[in-house]
Amino acid sequence: MAQLTYRAAVAATLAHEMRRDENVVLIGEDIGAGGVFKTTKGLLEEFGPTRVWDTPISEQAIVGAAMGASMAGLRPVAEIMFSDFYATCWDQVANEIAKVHYMTGGQLSCPLVVRGANGGGLGFGAQHSQAVENWAMCVPGIKIASPSSAAEAVGLLAAAIRDDDPVLVFEHKALYGSREECPDGEHVVALGQAAVLRPGSDVTLVGLAATVGLCRQAAEQLTGDSVDAEVIDLRTLVPLDAAGVLASVRRTGRVVLVEENPGQLGWGAGVAAILAEEAFLDLRTPVARVSGRNIPIPVAKGLEAAVNPSVERVVAAARSACDTAGPAAEMIRN
Amino acid sequence: MPGPGMLSEERAALQRYEQMVFIRLFEDKVDALYRQGQVRGPAHLGQGQEAIAVGVGSVLQPGDYSIGTYRGHAHALARGTPAGAVLRELLGRSGGICGGKGGSMHITSLEHGYMGSYAIVGAHLPIACGLAWASKIKGTDQVTACFFGDGTTNIGAFHEAINLAAIWGLPVVFVCENNSYMEYTPISQVTSVPQPAADRAPAYGLPSVTVDGNDVDAVREVVGHAMETARGGGGPTLVEATTYRHGGHSAADPADYRSETEVASWKERDPLLRARAALAADGVSEEDLEVVTARASAETQQIATAALEAPALDVESALVGMWSDGSAQWRN
Ligand SMILES: Cc1ncc(C[n+]2csc(CCOP(=O)(O)OP(=O)(O)O)c2C)c(N)n1
Ligand SMILES: [Mg+2]
Repeated sequence: MAQLTYRAAVAATLAHEMRRDENVVLIGEDIGAGGVFKTTKGLLEEFGPTRVWDTPISEQAIVGAAMGASMAGLRPVAEIMFSDFYATCWDQVANEIAKVHYMTGGQLSCPLVVRGANGGGLGFGAQHSQAVENWAMCVPGIKIASPSSAAEAVGLLAAAIRDDDPVLVFEHKALYGSREECPDGEHVVALGQAAVLRPGSDVTLVGLAATVGLCRQAAEQLTGDSVDAEVIDLRTLVPLDAAGVLASVRRTGRVVLVEENPGQLGWGAGVAAILAEEAFLDLRTPVARVSGRNIPIPVAKGLEAAVNPSVERVVAAARSACDTAGPAAEMIRN
Repeated sequence: MPGPGMLSEERAALQRYEQMVFIRLFEDKVDALYRQGQVRGPAHLGQGQEAIAVGVGSVLQPGDYSIGTYRGHAHALARGTPAGAVLRELLGRSGGICGGKGGSMHITSLEHGYMGSYAIVGAHLPIACGLAWASKIKGTDQVTACFFGDGTTNIGAFHEAINLAAIWGLPVVFVCENNSYMEYTPISQVTSVPQPAADRAPAYGLPSVTVDGNDVDAVREVVGHAMETARGGGGPTLVEATTYRHGGHSAADPADYRSETEVASWKERDPLLRARAALAADGVSEEDLEVVTARASAETQQIATAALEAPALDVESALVGMWSDGSAQWRN
């Protein structure tokens, strides 16, 4: 076991996978110098320029080249520096990579990973702070993973690289400095299995990436109200462990979905719909959502905090869900 | 069959002619079937442009990659993709090369190195770079040929891709089929340089050549040379081949934005007439040339009859095959 930061965990996992499989190659901007978030630090030195390819500022070429190389048998890992930049190469992701296996009747496959820094909290502003995992979730044909901690980054990135389908890995930029014990050697977290991080009986808090931490802190605070919260880390949006969430919510009867992407059509909307369709009679209060506000992300600290989900908002949503005399419970009684 | 006394060079030239004739008749058949309502979705045909697909196909080796656009029937056929499976794909019958999921615009044959037809203009140029990048990393001597139209030279992906190919010295040959038109708009109206691809390439340090795209031998020579350069580690080349589509942008387009005289002048420069005249000048008999046409015609007819008789697809297949293990579940 080693204490690693999230960013070092990413670099260590890339190195581990590159040692394990010579078909794993890296492509992206400034990655040879370690990348702007230092997630590829040391890799050019260890593997050389035939495995670590620095590119021009050409997101379509980066992602398209990764696609073509994956069709030819390599396992490229492409870096999109900030996930906001997916907008410049979305054709490659949504129209090409997501479709090619299906539309060629299974002839071509894309065992590739595109990874990069997602989410807010660091004051990067409206064009460098978005949580855009919901963009990808609208497109059948791509898998989506988003690690909540350093050890999770190890396990999910390894699984993504080994997966035979395209996987987008949304690393959270505000978590890059977070540190924890990471298993040495092989650590692979199967895609599509949510983790129950804290068992509880009164309300289920569901998070992804940075919102998992919010859920854990909220659960601690809620003990003061004698509310016993269960915390689930979704880990992947596709495949979605709907069964895991449903099982928890069937026990607790209450749920708060905590997502950083804008709520107007965030992943929580999809999960809420599943709960409404499949667990309606098990719900003791309406499904609650805490999401990024439906507005661009401002820079000033207080303003950004007002837009992103917070522990306070999660606690408030959970309290209101658990208040047997409150309006949520009232709604269900009627 | 070509006469027994024929030289192997001559025989190969006659085979290329036969392939061009076959592709022409195949496209004519698709057009006719389209008019009968048998073809599902649009059909972008390539009559008039056959010399490029066939010329390039003839210098590609087995194991090389090629990749093209929605106007890609010819490019798939030129690699040896079975025409019956292509036609069934167009008609949505069982036995289609993509199982009915791709249709006319996405013809692909991995087995023949034809790595797909893509319908977002420009998108496949970066993908072609990726194919060539893989060959470079693996150290194979494979070359990738990437076909696209004149209109494609104004989308960003073209510029990103040719720059990447140039800086990395990728073994790829970009083949621009300049048929003078985007969909309905002349390329000259939207591009300031006369040669939309060849004039841009040098700015990226990418060598470019132009060629008469209606002359199969010229295409062979120019592209063959570019491929040998690429195969030998000499990097990419861009070839701009001048040509013309005889029909509209797709089978549904009457193409009345073009003058009759313009169309007629290009039909005089028909690549099939050109190849036929060259063969005749080399001493191939009229009889041998007629045999070739008759055989291509019979084969097209037979393929069409079989395709029309092929059973319908199992509709359940629509809901599988999204993931590489054959499944399509996004959740449990
Ligand atoms: C990104 C994008 N924009 C527009 C279209 C619609 N479209 C399809 S084909 C075409 C013209 C392409 O012209 P060119 O590259 O010259 O190829 P040609 O059709 O002449 O073979 C257009 C505009 C598209 N498919 N993709
Ligand atoms: Mg054109």
